[in-house]
Amino acid sequence: MTPALETKGLIKRFGGLVATDNVTFRLEQGARHALIGPNGAGKTTFINLLTGVIKPTTGQIILQGEDITGLRPELRVQRGLARTFQINQLFPAMTPLETLGLAVSERMGGGRDWWRVIGSKTAIVDEIVEIAQRFRLTDVLDERTSKLAYGKQRLLEIAVAFACRPRVLLLDEPAAGVPEAERHELLATVAALPRDVSVLLIEHDMDLVFSFADRISVLVNGALFTEGTVEEVSTDPKVRAVYLGESVDE
Amino acid sequence: MLSNTADSVRASLNRRGRWKIGEIAFWLVAASTLFLLPERHLILNEIAIIGLFALSLDLILGYAGIVSLGHAAFFGLGAYAAGILARDGFADPLLGLGVAAIAAAVLGFVTSFLVLRGSDLTKLMVTLGVALVLGEIANQASWLTGGADGLQGIAMGPILGLFEFDIFGTTAYTYSLVVTFLLFVVARRIVVSPYGLSLRSIRDNALRARAVGIPVNRRLVAIYTLSAAYAGVAGALLAQTTQFVSLDVLAFHRSADVMLVLVIGGVGYLYGGLIGAIIFKVLQDVISAWTPQYWQFWIGLILVLIVLAGRERLTERVRALWPRSRGRTVDRPQPLTTTPAREV
Repeated sequence: MTPALETKGLIKRFGGLVATDNVTFRLEQGARHALIGPNGAGKTTFINLLTGVIKPTTGQIILQGEDITGLRPELRVQRGLARTFQINQLFPAMTPLETLGLAVSERMGGGRDWWRVIGSKTAIVDEIVEIAQRFRLTDVLDERTSKLAYGKQRLLEIAVAFACRPRVLLLDEPAAGVPEAERHELLATVAALPRDVSVLLIEHDMDLVFSFADRISVLVNGALFTEGTVEEVSTDPKVRAVYLGESVDE
Repeated sequence: MLSNTADSVRASLNRRGRWKIGEIAFWLVAASTLFLLPERHLILNEIAIIGLFALSLDLILGYAGIVSLGHAAFFGLGAYAAGILARDGFADPLLGLGVAAIAAAVLGFVTSFLVLRGSDLTKLMVTLGVALVLGEIANQASWLTGGADGLQGIAMGPILGLFEFDIFGTTAYTYSLVVTFLLFVVARRIVVSPYGLSLRSIRDNALRARAVGIPVNRRLVAIYTLSAAYAGVAGALLAQTTQFVSLDVLAFHRSADVMLVLVIGGVGYLYGGLIGAIIFKVLQDVISAWTPQYWQFWIGLILVLIVLAGRERLTERVRALWPRSRGRTVDRPQPLTTTPAREV
């Protein structure tokens, strides 16, 4: 089966610094795959390469069997590769309803429609409702995004990406900074993402990684250090040495 | 539950497009001035034109976050296009409007690729430069534009072959007001459409806009082009209704004034340009009658006070007294957000 997302020999150099060092990586269909690594390991660069914010020095990126290495970011989104951001990137002045409406109508090609209002299309309305319910946003739909509780903003962050109907979803530390009281809701929503979406999770929080992922890749100094199931990686002494350290030792 | 939510979602989304009572009243008052203020039609005509010009700037500044100090380039090009056309015997006003709109749109489209790269400062400088270049071209090409003497000999035909321009400016004002109203309706439609929503999202956060699949640059090119066409029409209206075009239409103070008008009226809700134009022109009229040489001093002072006092706060207070008009204009953050729109 073609993997959902694949990189071949991906290299990114910034001057003398090799930020991504020959990464060959597979994200299987329907996977729950976590990418971990110490600070400065190149996780962010890797994400930016995948989404097209920066171009690789060499190497290939393949989405659902199609080479997307040269595609602009928005075209990758249109082909089913969406991401969330570690630090919320929302539209503070818009409501969650407008934000979701925007994402859904863009996906349906409505962004070029300059004559009708969004609400006139039943398909869009239905999908907004479905997403709002899935991400527990129904009761805050008409509030200003900047006024939402942080946990809700975090949910919206994922909901917007989900509204792009991705085949592959990159979650960049989805639970970062979420207070304990709102955490459960967020994790439950992430766990309930449908299986036809393949998820790559970039995360520091080992509890979340172990509860969510079925495979883990470890990135060290820009290169793939090791990869395996949760058991393999969490018991690998080399991984403990470079990264997990006390967080597994208890 | 599900259908309830769907209904409220639909209602909420559709509400954005609905006309408020205050808006209808605004246009009724505007129309009533045709009959109630017959001796003021000349200045009202100017107000309508400046209002339309400011509206065109609001489309890029208020909705897409593109700052410009050279919007007069499009205004002036439209004015010259319509003026030259009329001088050379094509006296139909609507033809002139169309040609001016197209000419300005072409210039807007071409220069958008220069403007949409770089920071706000770059945008200010590039737009300023484009207007200066155009001003100098108009100055040098005196065989076409009349140069520093201005474009003479414009004779307009009747509008739609029916309505002759008169010396009291009544036809002129009616014409400008109707054109401004129609273009306003179109602009209003655009800003509440999905396309308009995508512009606002780009203004708020271009990074995220790209991440939901919005082709940011293409959208900005489109609105810049449209805004240029609007400014061109405003310029054409001025040329046609005053039957004269001078280098003044391309001058820096035109670009600065229109920015000032928009700041006075407020960005990002379309009425800002119109209201700002009324305040600006009335102030100019009143103050210059009182102190002809120093009116700019007072305008400057008022501008400083408005910006320091925060028009946001002033309008919020008015809006709090007027709960019905809330909702549409609340979604307005700082106007001058950066749009890092690279890679055109």
